[in-house]
Amino acid sequence: MKLNLKIWRQSGPNDKGYFDMHSVEANEHMSFLEMLDVLNEQLISEKKDPIAFAHDCREGICGTCNLVIDGRPHGPQKGTTTCQLHMRQYKDDDTIVIEPFRATAFPIIKDLVVDRSSLDGVIQAGGYISVNTGQAVDANAIPVEQEVAADAFDSATCIGCGACIAACPNGSAMLFTSAKVSHLGKLPQGKVEHKKRVQNMVAQMDKEGFGLCSNVGACEAECPKEISLDNIAFMNRAFIGSVLTTED
Amino acid sequence: MKLDSKVPEGALAEKWTKYKSSMPLVAPNNKRRLEVIVVGTGLAGASAAATMGELGYNVKCFTFHDSPRRAHSIAAQGGINAAKNYQNDGDSVFRLFYDTIKGGDYRSREANVHRLAEVSTDIIDQCTAQGVPFAREYGGLLANRSFGGVQVSRTFYARGQTGQQLLIGAYQALSRQIAKGSVDMYNRHEMLDLVKVDGKARGIITRNLVTGELERFSAHAVVLATGGYGNVYYLSTNAMNSNVSAGWRAVRRGALMANPCYNQIHPTCIPVSGDYQSKLTLMSESLRNDGRIWVPKSKEDAQAIKEGRKTALDIVEEDRDYYLERRYPAFGNLVPRDVASRAAKVACDEGNGVAPTGLGVFLDFSSAIQRYGLQEANSRGLSTDDTNVTKLGKEIIKNKYGNLFQMYEKISGENPYERPMKIYPAIHYTMGGIWVDYNLETNVPGLFAIGEANFSDHGANRLGASALMQGLADGYFVLPYTIGNFLSTQIRTDKIANDTPEFIQAEKDVKERLQGLIDINGNQSVESFHKKLGKIIWENGGMSRNETGLKKGIAEVRALRDEFYKDVYVPGTISEFNPELEKAARVADFMELGETLLFDALNRNESCGGHFREESVSDEGEAKRDDNNYTYVAAWEWNDGQDPKVHKEKLKFDNVELKTRSYK
Amino acid sequence: MSWLITFFRSSIGRKLIMSLTGIFLITFLIVHLIGNLQLLYNDGGEAFNTYAYFMTNNPLIKTISYGLYFFIVVHAIQGILLAIYNRKAKGSKYAVNTHENASWASKNMALLGILVFAFLMLHMGDFWWKMKQNQLDMVTYASFDAPVKDLFTRVSIAFQELWIVVTYIIGLLALMFHLLHGFDSAFQTLGIRHKKYTPLISLVGKAYSFLVPIGFAIIPLYIYFGK
Repeated sequence: MKLNLKIWRQSGPNDKGYFDMHSVEANEHMSFLEMLDVLNEQLISEKKDPIAFAHDCREGICGTCNLVIDGRPHGPQKGTTTCQLHMRQYKDDDTIVIEPFRATAFPIIKDLVVDRSSLDGVIQAGGYISVNTGQAVDANAIPVEQEVAADAFDSATCIGCGACIAACPNGSAMLFTSAKVSHLGKLPQGKVEHKKRVQNMVAQMDKEGFGLCSNVGACEAECPKEISLDNIAFMNRAFIGSVLTTED
Repeated sequence: MKLDSKVPEGALAEKWTKYKSSMPLVAPNNKRRLEVIVVGTGLAGASAAATMGELGYNVKCFTFHDSPRRAHSIAAQGGINAAKNYQNDGDSVFRLFYDTIKGGDYRSREANVHRLAEVSTDIIDQCTAQGVPFAREYGGLLANRSFGGVQVSRTFYARGQTGQQLLIGAYQALSRQIAKGSVDMYNRHEMLDLVKVDGKARGIITRNLVTGELERFSAHAVVLATGGYGNVYYLSTNAMNSNVSAGWRAVRRGALMANPCYNQIHPTCIPVSGDYQSKLTLMSESLRNDGRIWVPKSKEDAQAIKEGRKTALDIVEEDRDYYLERRYPAFGNLVPRDVASRAAKVACDEGNGVAPTGLGVFLDFSSAIQRYGLQEANSRGLSTDDTNVTKLGKEIIKNKYGNLFQMYEKISGENPYERPMKIYPAIHYTMGGIWVDYNLETNVPGLFAIGEANFSDHGANRLGASALMQGLADGYFVLPYTIGNFLSTQIRTDKIANDTPEFIQAEKDVKERLQGLIDINGNQSVESFHKKLGKIIWENGGMSRNETGLKKGIAEVRALRDEFYKDVYVPGTISEFNPELEKAARVADFMELGETLLFDALNRNESCGGHFREESVSDEGEAKRDDNNYTYVAAWEWNDGQDPKVHKEKLKFDNVELKTRSYK
Repeated sequence: MSWLITFFRSSIGRKLIMSLTGIFLITFLIVHLIGNLQLLYNDGGEAFNTYAYFMTNNPLIKTISYGLYFFIVVHAIQGILLAIYNRKAKGSKYAVNTHENASWASKNMALLGILVFAFLMLHMGDFWWKMKQNQLDMVTYASFDAPVKDLFTRVSIAFQELWIVVTYIIGLLALMFHLLHGFDSAFQTLGIRHKKYTPLISLVGKAYSFLVPIGFAIIPLYIYFGK
């Protein structure tokens, strides 16, 4: 099949970006990124600048790939990362618009590659349980109710790709942050630091320049791991509660 | 060069405990002054950097990813082994040790493996305390499953995402140290050279992948946690950016590459669908518990399926060859990875393969669906007519493997509940790696290698769920102690300057090397060279190897390397964000490593674990080890492009008896 | 009290202001509707006018009404500030706009809010302002011991005008969409969410968002078509 691609090009963070039209011959078995590989090989053979895009594991777990395809982070298929999207979703002569994740906290590095270190900043502010190596008690000394463990797991499946922020019209990182707050805050091991954690992580999230949540829900709809808005409600509750019950 | 493994004296079970308590220590005030570089942020790197940060060392940690949470450890599905014996099924440290040694086909170091088994239990405690959501029983205690042919249930797991959860645990521990300031994190920095001062590893040269700027970083010691080299085959289950360059640069500076021919080929991957294919996807080994593997008996049927004239459903039971059940009646579809992989290759080489490329076999769940469906119908007292049984059976299969079936459907576009899956083996893990001693220190003083990057624990074949165990054992519980042996001798050494002639020369070398790649300005893309290299290595150093092929392969790699340096085209400049340049430097290193791999395979004229030499088979055509001549580690020294030189570390087995693995 | 300032400056604190004022305004709507439905009585405005008298003279109600004005202003100003902040946090927009991942209303709350606010200004200018400025005729009822302002007549006259009726319908449509997202959203911000009762909140929210604006819309339509 022949595809028409309208792709965002931008040489550097401070350069002006623009859309470029390309056409590429693909087949239905290719993954979306393999289709871009083919295009890049074509550009290289013409000695043109290939399109920069982020990718690594190509099996939907590392969270590196991050394209906005026809206005939707990770494309049209639900619960699927860009790398797992296959071309059988498209038909001959389709036009596909490919853009980078957009949010002020995600500056563009080149073309479709953005800088997501702001997410690391949020984790560094408290997205952990403070236990040094060797300090742990026997693993079975902390029983965890199966349902609680499963619930925490659902939050822990976040791959840190940033699609929630990209989908949010406000560029808010509430789903990302709340997934970590819920993952750790629901487990008995994480309860000790829970109040401080939620305050510090929210403060850092604000500092990184993410927007405010207006409960649009696009984050949940576009999350390749289908992380639920329950997490955001949990964090709201935890944050308000922690402000009212801590000393400082 | 004599390779000293520095294995401590004493009884096997006491070596580590005794050694740990007699190792020289570094006082806290000195730790603050000592700097350590950690390259890589997978399970091994992140856990090592975090732990050393906790201990008080000054750590600088590097990754070429945009965040330390992306390394390919994240893709491990199955689980992590530990000798906890929570199931009370007779597991013990010795049993885990023994299984690992035997599974590795008696080609690993006893003392290292025993230590691995010892610390395995601490890993589970540590990760649980960090909040890793391992699977649990109703009572709230940890659940286990069995894995890969061992007789106990010792595998801890977190759904099909154990690697992800463990890596995120390590990433969080690392993040905590970054916030504290005990670890300086450098994202998007790729190590391009190792710097040695007075024979010791004292720093690295990195390239900032965003700006292209080359930077010099110095430290008292350097730790490589840079993963495996499976991408030398081009198509593998590794991530696209996984590469050997950091390790290979260390080899070019005097470290040794041990056993590079030991590669693990995973039998259940989704087959290649065309030339454009960039990587292979692994389907968890657990599928073989319920799937039956077969190919059509007749080549005509296979041909018809390849051309799409027939499907699996058109082949009646009598015309199917369940070749694993036929050849290995005792283990059937559950033979170890290397055996299953080779059998698939044999079936396809004989012309019975089923994918459009001819390289694929069926993994069929229909009998499992019938069996489970009937059981379910009987136990619930429902109708046992065909449609009902099939429906119930599919539900059971969905509960067990739903996410894998969904992934298969996304990639292949075929519904595996209706038609058998097509699978084919693919490169998955590399047991070989940089040679290290018991301290995980290479032959270059001050240079350490941990995780998949070293060669130490898996011998010639790795057991399922042991890669995560080794990465975390090295990072959390071994290296942070053993590095003290070296660092305790460095307390009188001041901060290492990064503007000495050694550093300046190394930076200059890197710059020239990169500029050289761009200046070639040829006509072929880096990707096309990588594909060609992968094909040569796969064909001659893949699932089955022989002298003629290996020699041919070496010649071809050399010719390809010449062609590469004459005709590769790398766009852009070195001082900008340039993924093609990154790739070019990595492929250049893969060529040298690939050649060494073939040399190693040629040298080792025996079949062991993942290494199968056609010259060394039993009368029944099975792999045959040669313990008299090859019970050693082959560590290869780079020889400026000439044939590499081999150094041998003899392996001694005082606690286990060497036996032939049989699965008949 | 610095903790309180820090709290209300945080992203969640700021959203909490929107949520709490929003819930108050939602509650007010139902009270307002019930009172206004008295316009439909065919009693020459007695019920409605005496109700209006009560609402403007009872000291408790008067206090609440000042609170109401305050909350409207806070909700509006905070809403605008948040919209500006969020626009900056988003940076540039996508070339392709999709509504496949979220409702149109949820992505356009600021626009809807501005429409509702503009409508409110018109509405209050027409009735509340005129009443406060004593521009209305006085009327006496046998059952009531003081003369009251005849707001009923003013309303009846106003809703004879087609453009006013149309404006009301548009304003109420905007309110409906604003509520459709705002109702659920207020609870979510408070963290009130559970798979047991969130479906109920959602259902009540939908019913409320449709019924309340429809209830209001009946009044101008009834008067316009009824006379």
